[in-house]
Amino acid sequence: MSISLDEVRHVAQLARLELDESEVLALQGELNSLLGHLVDISQIKASLGEPVTHAVSLRNIWAEDIVGETLGRDNSLRNAALVKAGLFVVPAIIED
Amino acid sequence: MITDLTASELSEALSKKSVSSVEITTAYLNEIESRDSDMGCFLAVDPKGALEQAKNADALIASGGAHPLTGVPIAIKDNISTELLETTCASKMLKGYIPPFDATVVKLLKSAGMPILGKTNMDEFAMGTSTENSAFQVTRNPWDKSRCPGGSSGGSAAAIAAKLAPLSIGSDTGGSIRQPAALCGTVGFKPTYGRCSRYGLVAFASSLDQIGPLSRTVKDAAMLAEVITGNDPLDSSSLPNNPIKVVGIENVNLRGLKVAVPKEMMGEGISQGVRQTFKEAMARLQEEGAIVEEISLPMISYGVSTYYIIAPAEASSNLARFDGIRYGFRAEDKSHVRMVEKTRAQGFGHEVKARIMIGTYVLSAGYYDAYYIKAQTVRSKMTAEFLEAFKKYDVIASPTSPVVAFKLGELIDDPMALKLLDFCTIPANMGGFPSISINCGFSEGLPVGLQFTSKPQSDEDLLRNAYGAERSLPEAQKLPASVG
Repeated sequence: MSISLDEVRHVAQLARLELDESEVLALQGELNSLLGHLVDISQIKASLGEPVTHAVSLRNIWAEDIVGETLGRDNSLRNAALVKAGLFVVPAIIED
Repeated sequence: MITDLTASELSEALSKKSVSSVEITTAYLNEIESRDSDMGCFLAVDPKGALEQAKNADALIASGGAHPLTGVPIAIKDNISTELLETTCASKMLKGYIPPFDATVVKLLKSAGMPILGKTNMDEFAMGTSTENSAFQVTRNPWDKSRCPGGSSGGSAAAIAAKLAPLSIGSDTGGSIRQPAALCGTVGFKPTYGRCSRYGLVAFASSLDQIGPLSRTVKDAAMLAEVITGNDPLDSSSLPNNPIKVVGIENVNLRGLKVAVPKEMMGEGISQGVRQTFKEAMARLQEEGAIVEEISLPMISYGVSTYYIIAPAEASSNLARFDGIRYGFRAEDKSHVRMVEKTRAQGFGHEVKARIMIGTYVLSAGYYDAYYIKAQTVRSKMTAEFLEAFKKYDVIASPTSPVVAFKLGELIDDPMALKLLDFCTIPANMGGFPSISINCGFSEGLPVGLQFTSKPQSDEDLLRNAYGAERSLPEAQKLPASVG
């Protein structure tokens, strides 16, 4: 299986990555090289066993519903690029 | 010289009050100041904080309330949150990021009174095998400065080998503690998944990531593991176990130890020099009474493929948080989506982008079943194979890395070749097994790592057995002459 340039652009859009054309080309090569290696996995029979998401099976762990130590507003905002009136600033999502 | 002593020797000297933590910490800060510009181990050094912590440690020792490692300084990989000390993950994305909190391991180190020297270089977001993916600097291998230290915890491993820190902390997703430890001739230990809290570790692949110690000796690694492990309510994948406690490490006897060597980890990918050195080490263990047998674990051959589906899949999700809004780099654009796309384009380096792309691809519609589900199936089968082997054997042994340290720049243009080097270390992450690398000899004058892996939650036995192996290979236990 190989990946086309359009597929690379589509995946980049899904991943929210702006790529220039030289990067699209480079990543197409790298992805195809890796996908070539992954053929062994894609040909494995699904009946091999049950898929697992994790190394250890843990049950749901519930925390007591008690307010603990929190970062506080100033600490939470300290690393943001743009802050106004105690809030994170983002570009408008609904345009005029 | 103070910096010639191991952590356990420093611990002894501190308890006898023949040296103070301020003296030790000052000695290391001076070494870093004079030699790290050449080695490139540290991204940030914190002399003020470290000396303040050292003074507190000395007061704690004087009051009699000290832990064995109180006063022994440590270096921390730069993907672990340190309150008020810049944490960048060696990425332009997090340049200038000052964490508002300490990771649980950092809290534990601080409460044990261990001064934090600084933050060590790494592959960007821990994605790499040579530390060359750092956005900021090159780290050199202390055995040969034209070679890489391995990765991704390359700065943490090189700092130990170069005597710029007696102990360090790394993180291991597919071998990122053990492989640089092997290439630098140090000890690197990945505990059982869940025994060391991941709270405050910047997530790469959450089901595989584990924090662990790097050190000069197995005993030092065991002492540090005792400080940083234990249940943590802030990490929902944390095991309920108590901290690791290794009793009587020096009394270990290898007689009757059952060691399995999987033939899939001794195949054509292993270089001649590494294979020879490893075989000689196994022969030495046999002389000590260990029973060494070859076995077959066929799923190992799918390890790299499985890893390069699961780890990027999880990374593509984890790294979605870097959107320019709450922390980190931000590019400007009037459109929200374009701002995020530009931020990520300019903030991430090439390898990180490549892995996000792989992960997004294997999780996308039409490919999820073909890749991701299959990889999870192989993961379960591979884990089952190892667990079956652990019923009969105490330890699975192999070379840690198929090659010795390679030249800086030698493989950077061949990302696939770099990825294929991980096949001996990946299975321990897949199954969450505890795994350790110690030096077992030299090939071409460069260190060769021996890896021991054991069943989940047998960290204490693994450390004892690794201690026994280390003791039986005394000529392998040295640091490079150029820094000694």
